[in-house]
Formats: sequence, C-alpha cells, structure tokens
Amino acid sequence: MQIEQQIAEIQNVVDDVLKMATSKGATQAEASMSKVQGIAVSSRMKEVENVEFTNDGGLGISVYVGKHKGSASTADLSPQALALTVEKAIDIARYTSEDPCTGLADAELMATEFPDLDLYHPQELDPQHAMQLAIETEAAALDYDPRIINSDGASYNANHGMRVYGNTHGINAGYPSTRYSLSCMMIGAQSDDMQRDYAYTISRKPDGLDAATKIGREASEATIARLGAQKINTANVPVIMQKDVASSLFGHYVGAISGGSLYRRSSFLLDKLGEQIFPQWLNIEEKPRLKGGLASANFDAEGVATHDATVVDQGCLAQYLFTTYSSRKMNTQSTGHAGGIHNWIVGDTGHTDAQLLKEMDTGLLVTELMGQGVSTVTGDYSRGAAGFWVENGVIQYPVHEITIAGNLKDMFANIRAIGSDRDVRGGVQTGSVLIDNMKIAGN
Amino acid sequence: MLNNVARHLLTDSGLELSSLEQALGQIHRHDTDYADLYFQSSQHESWVLEDGIIKEGSYNIERGVGVRAISGEKTGFAYSDEISPAALEKACQAARTIAPAGGTHQVSSLHQQSYPARYDEKNPILGMVEADKVALLKAVDAYIRKQEQGINQVVVSLSGVYEEILVAASDGTLATDIRPLVRLNCSVLLEKGDRRERGSAGAGGRHTYDFFASQADGRPVYEKLADDALHMARVNMQAIASPAGAMPVVLGNGWPGVLLHEAVGHGLEGDFNRKGASTFSGKMGQQVAAKGVTVVDDGTMQDRRGSLSVDDEGTPTQRNVLIEDGILTGYMQDKMNARLMGVKPTGNGRRESYAHLPMPRMTNTFMMGGQYNPQEIIQTIDKGIYAPNFAGGQVDITSGKFVFSSAEAYLIENGKITAPVKGATLIGNGPEVMQQISMIGNDAELDSGVGVCGKDGQSVPVGVGQPTLKIDKLTVGGTA
Repeated sequence: MQIEQQIAEIQNVVDDVLKMATSKGATQAEASMSKVQGIAVSSRMKEVENVEFTNDGGLGISVYVGKHKGSASTADLSPQALALTVEKAIDIARYTSEDPCTGLADAELMATEFPDLDLYHPQELDPQHAMQLAIETEAAALDYDPRIINSDGASYNANHGMRVYGNTHGINAGYPSTRYSLSCMMIGAQSDDMQRDYAYTISRKPDGLDAATKIGREASEATIARLGAQKINTANVPVIMQKDVASSLFGHYVGAISGGSLYRRSSFLLDKLGEQIFPQWLNIEEKPRLKGGLASANFDAEGVATHDATVVDQGCLAQYLFTTYSSRKMNTQSTGHAGGIHNWIVGDTGHTDAQLLKEMDTGLLVTELMGQGVSTVTGDYSRGAAGFWVENGVIQYPVHEITIAGNLKDMFANIRAIGSDRDVRGGVQTGSVLIDNMKIAGN
Repeated sequence: MLNNVARHLLTDSGLELSSLEQALGQIHRHDTDYADLYFQSSQHESWVLEDGIIKEGSYNIERGVGVRAISGEKTGFAYSDEISPAALEKACQAARTIAPAGGTHQVSSLHQQSYPARYDEKNPILGMVEADKVALLKAVDAYIRKQEQGINQVVVSLSGVYEEILVAASDGTLATDIRPLVRLNCSVLLEKGDRRERGSAGAGGRHTYDFFASQADGRPVYEKLADDALHMARVNMQAIASPAGAMPVVLGNGWPGVLLHEAVGHGLEGDFNRKGASTFSGKMGQQVAAKGVTVVDDGTMQDRRGSLSVDDEGTPTQRNVLIEDGILTGYMQDKMNARLMGVKPTGNGRRESYAHLPMPRMTNTFMMGGQYNPQEIIQTIDKGIYAPNFAGGQVDITSGKFVFSSAEAYLIENGKITAPVKGATLIGNGPEVMQQISMIGNDAELDSGVGVCGKDGQSVPVGVGQPTLKIDKLTVGGTA
C-alpha cells in the first residue's frame, strides 16, 4: 500500500474517533495516532545476535466536556478497542474538575501549511542488509587495536513511521518519516582496568549514515582513549563539555523555560523573560522546518503551527516555551511547544575543537556525564563525569570517577566559548562548550 | 482446563492451547533450540490533582503477543498488537528467520505450572469507584494544606495497573499471571523570598488502592507520604552547599538501597557476565564485598513492587543470594543466559511488555541487616555526610563506576548530624565501594515501593532496600 493511502486511512480513523467523541457528548476533542514499522538487528563478536521486527502503533485521545478533560490511549487498534478508548476518555471527564484553562489550542494557531520537510526516505526493511552493516561495524571495531578485548555489540535500526493529528477545529494532518541509525559499543582492557565506550550515527536517509567502518573505529578509539583513567583532586577548574554531552546543558535550559515549570513556579528562570542569561554573543535559533531535521515538524502535538524563532537573543531569554495549557495559566499564547522543541541551533565563537582546548589551557574535557543530579527548581547541578585532563591546551590523560558541580545560572553566564563543529545528531545542535569555572570533586 | 487469564488472552481471540503448540512447532521447523510466546493484556490509569483540582485523568489499554525464537546465542523476535491466529502465525514466521529451515527439536506438550501467588489477583482499577479515587487525592491535598498553610504548589498523582500475562514455551512451560500494581505520589513546593525547594514522596506495591488508606505508624499511608514530602522540602529550604571530595558517607536505610542496585545489582545480571562485560565477570566464589555484606534478590516477597509470582518466561521467582558474607555466590539469570552458562534460571527473566525481549533483571534487591545501632554508626564519624534519601542512579557495568544523587542529606560533624546540605551526586566504583562498607546497621528495610529500573530502553518496577550503612570513602559531588 502506498504511504499516502496508509496515512489517509489513519486520518479516517482519527476522524471517526473524533466524531464518536462528539456524539458521546464531547464539546471538543483531539486525537493523535502513529504507526511505526522497523527492524533492529544487532551483532556481537561478528555474529548476528538479535533480529527484531518492530511494529508499534497507538492512538491517544483527549476529550473536553465543557471545561472538564479526559484522556485515554490504546495500543490495540481494533474497532472495539478504539470505541472503548473514546468511552473511557468521556467517562474520565465526568470526574475531573472544571478547569478554565483546559481545552484545544486556539483555532487561529492551527497549522495551515504543510510543506514537505524531507523526512521520509523509505528503504526496504532488509534484515540481511542490516546484519551486514552491524557485522561490518563491529569487525572494524574489533580489528582496530589488540586492547579491544570484547564487544557489547553493534546494532542497526531502521524505522518507517507516520503520525497523524486531528481535532474538532477541523485540522487532520499527517506525515510520514523515516529514521536509520547504526551504533557500536566496545570494551577495552589494560592491566586491571576495563572500559567501554560507543559511537553512533543517525539520519532520516539510509545513505545519510556515516560509514560502518568509521563508526566501528570511532567506538574503539573512544574506548582505548579511556584506558588507564585516573581520579583527580578536588578543585575549581574550567571545563569543556564535548559537543555530544553539551546538548544536555541546553536540555536543562529547555526544562527551565518550559511553561509547565513556570506556572508551577518550579524553575530557576521564572520571571526572567528578556534578561541576560548567557554571554552576549550567544544566540540560539529554533528551526522547526529544517529539511531532513531529526526534530522537524510543521505542527506540534496540539496542531499548533511551528515557527522559526530566536529563542536566545544576544544572550537574553527571548522566549518561554508554552503549550496551550501552560500558556493559559500564564495569560499568554501557545508557542507551538507541546511535545518539545524543534531543532535548536546554538551559536558559536568560531573556535575549532583544538582551538577550544588552547582557549581553556588547563582544565577538564568532559566526554561523559552520569546521573540525574540537576534541579530545574534551583538550578543546582551535580553530575558524575569522565573525560580528559588538559594542560597547556593538550590532552594529558583520561579521568574518571569524579563529579562536576555548580549552579546552571552561573554555568550559563560563564560560558566563555562554543566550538563551531556541531553535533547534528539530536534536537539541540551545538558545538563543544567551554565553561569558565566548575567544582570538580575527586580525591 | 483453561483458567480465566487463558480464556481472556486466547479463547476470546480464537486461539486454543493446541494453536500455541502448533505455533511453537512452526518455529521449530527452523533450526531453533527454544521458542516462546508471550501474551499480554494490560490496563493502566492515572489521576492527577494539581492546584487543588482534579486536573487530569487517563486510561490506557494494551494487548498483544510477542514471539521469540532462539538458536544458540541468536534471537529472532517479532510481535503484534493484535492477538489472532493470523497475527500469531505471521509473527512466528518472522521470528524463525533467525535460523535456517530444517529443525530437529520437538515441542514439549504444554502443561500449566503451579506456584504460590505473591499477590492478590484483584483489579485495582475496578476495585475502587472513581469518586473514591478522586476523594483520596483530595484527602492528601487537604492534609498537606493543613500542615503547611499558604502552600502554593501541591501535586498528587495516583496510578494503577492491571495486567494479565500468559507464557507458552517450546520446553513445555505454560504459565499465567495476574499482576496488579498501584502507586501514589505527592510533590510539594515551598517558597520563601527567592528560594524555592521541592519535596516529594511516593509509595506503592502489588495491592489495590485501599493500601493507601491503611495504617502505617499509627496514621494512614497517605498521611505519612505527605509528611515525608513536606519534610524533604523543609529540610532543603535550610540546606547549605554540599562539601566536595572523598569522605565517609552514612546511607540511611530503605530507599538508599539504590546504591546496591547500581553498585552491584546490574553487574550481577547473567547477560553481562556471560559476555564478560561486567566488572564482576568471572568472580564467582571470590570476595567481592566486605565481610558481613549479604545481598539478596527476592522476587517472592508478598505484595512488593518488584515481586512476581512467575517471571516473564514462566519460571517461578525465588530468593537468590547474590553475595553471602562478602563472597559472590550467584548471578541473576533468564533462561537463555542460564542455558549458555550451564546453570539454572533464577526467575529473573523480565520484559517491559510483549513488544520487548526478556533479559535478566532484578526484582527486590536488598542487603541483610547487621549488628550496629544507626546512632552508633554516626558517632564514629568526625566529618562526613549522612544521606537518608536519594533520587535515581546510573551505572557503567564495565568500569564499575556508578552514581546516585542525594535528595536529602546532612553534614556529620564530630559524631553528630548537623546542617542539611543541598542534593549532590555521589560517585564510586562498585567493587571498591562494596569493600569500603565498614558498619552495617540493624535496621534493614525495603523502600516504599516506587523503584523503576531501566536497562536497554526497557523499564520494569523493582524494589530496593538496605540497613543504615557506613562507607569509609565515597566521592561527594558538592560545590563547597
């Protein structure tokens, strides 16, 4: 069946479900449905380990009976299950309280244009091809260095999916997308020390992935580099968060400027709109309609149209992120952020990674962060870390079993430089981030 | 004779036991050693109170079948969100492609296992009417507002799961289980000038919702939870910067057992050890922890969040001693890893749902009590940290490095607990920290029933526990 036809069928289901909800007493209703098919193939020690055929789908509905809301969802898409789901949602709305802020997003905010965002590049889901790629990746990793003594395996994933959203304002829109990834985790040893690390590549296009041999070698290179890691002494030093871990820093920023944290007064960035948070040279652009982007979408989880925006402007907090509900709690409008952000591009200072090390001179390069020790309420930050000790801009030795700590407010203000080589594998695209001063706890 | 679960999952979808034997036989026509079918139907509901009103309610249904075929160390897996003869056949055909055609194994005829039930079969969602669920949430809110006048933010949530599963395997295993699970959480936010601090607490288990109104320490469970959440927020309002560096740490009893879960639990799961990927690989029979340390994983405990009557492969759960007096005595196993390592499965084969592959997982993991009074332990420390409450943790099972983050902690100065300190991440190396345990309290306790364990993207409910423990040296990630 053609993909357009499959989407049309799902749109019909969404339409039916919305009609059912209305006929059962809903004054407003919204439904979303997704279907994803894929394969996940892994190898270990150059042999196939798992072949999984994945097939996930589900429908979620929210109904509003006046200002009372009820929600239900189902992974079982049989007609009986869909009917039960609608009934349950209506039933729940009889018990939730009246809430003036509840309801669909404003009709005038609905997406009306649906340009092709270049997210769909189907390729036959072929387990043989997937096995070859996984084994090729792992072989390159295992052959890289004799200190690579074991493997946690390589895996190839391919997913073809579609998502449809509709509500009783009349929007009923859907689009297909694909996602491919290849990853590898290796284990190295040197005397008593055993370490692991990994590498991965991800793309909307099957041929957008990095070469298998490159991923294998990167995984082993990263693993070998960690061998012989030491603890360092407790100290205050500058820190570079390598680009792949630096995106988490902006993830904490997203959490703190999200409407849900604001109306609950649970954010250290409450009442800071327009204020200087980052250094003046730092801008962050949101580009929801980036062609082929991993976090691209024409509309958010409530059907609200997405827009390009400068979310951080010359270091200032230029925009909070609102869903419909949180915006009404804060007397403003949705910014199209139900379900999260869409492609943030973090500005840089033009430094290459090597120049960034020189700029830091002496300090810690962080390549791994562990644990969840971050509070959006207070901004307090304390996480486990591993990486490399740097002197005179040159990496000296690997470091582990330490923590880095501070407060996000200070960490954001103390960003001295950001590298120009970005990690583009996630919703936040950033280079490595140099922060002036953090507390390292070690010996 | 089919029981109710089998009728719901099979008969209602046009399947019989003979259809399952045929499906398994179809897989064994390829060169496979083992195959299983996992049928599941679950309902989940949640209710949220915020700003004094019932803001959200949701209900979720899930139903499907997962088919697994194993050949040596290779696994083929397919699943369907529809239970029907056609969907089952299609999944079997996909899963068996892991091995070439031409199998020699016979399917043993299925027969129903019997084992003790570790919890009641009641459906919590149906066991209480909606109006009473709403009333319970409002009672928690009212209680908190009475204790702390002028409090602004109170969020209370209630959730319940009712799950029926059936496992049929080519080794003849046929098992069914009914698994209720409930949870109540509350979170409060205190404000004073510019300072805001949150406190939270939760409890649950394989009960019905009535559990939350039952008595604990002379008051309803829900009042205790509310008090605990308020206590945490009040303490944190006073917290000063946490110290940084290596120092002695005293962990409280109960939930701080997260330490064990991360420091040794994951490292003792069979898959990592079969592959030689764990820092504990090949250490069976060796001293891996200080003398006096005994760690147990027990899936049989009555009504506990991590308990199962049978695991997701149809193996009855048991009490497994992992470390006895410091000596490594056992790994946690599922069927596949047990077979490949030449040992017996231990009832630890678990999966998040029919759409996920089983693997060795923990159930309720805890350390047995020792001889010291908690007060005696504190008195031995000149300068250190006392940490009675934690948020989550994480481990790298290869290097043994693990972290966990304190949610409530205090300085210990000259043998006394003094000022509260801000939450900080603690980091250590599993095998080293287990050797650094120098005093074990006599107050062993399990957590209140809120643990969720993640592995390879799959979440399962677990229990953790321990007595008060003294660790001679652990790195505390503060800022002072």
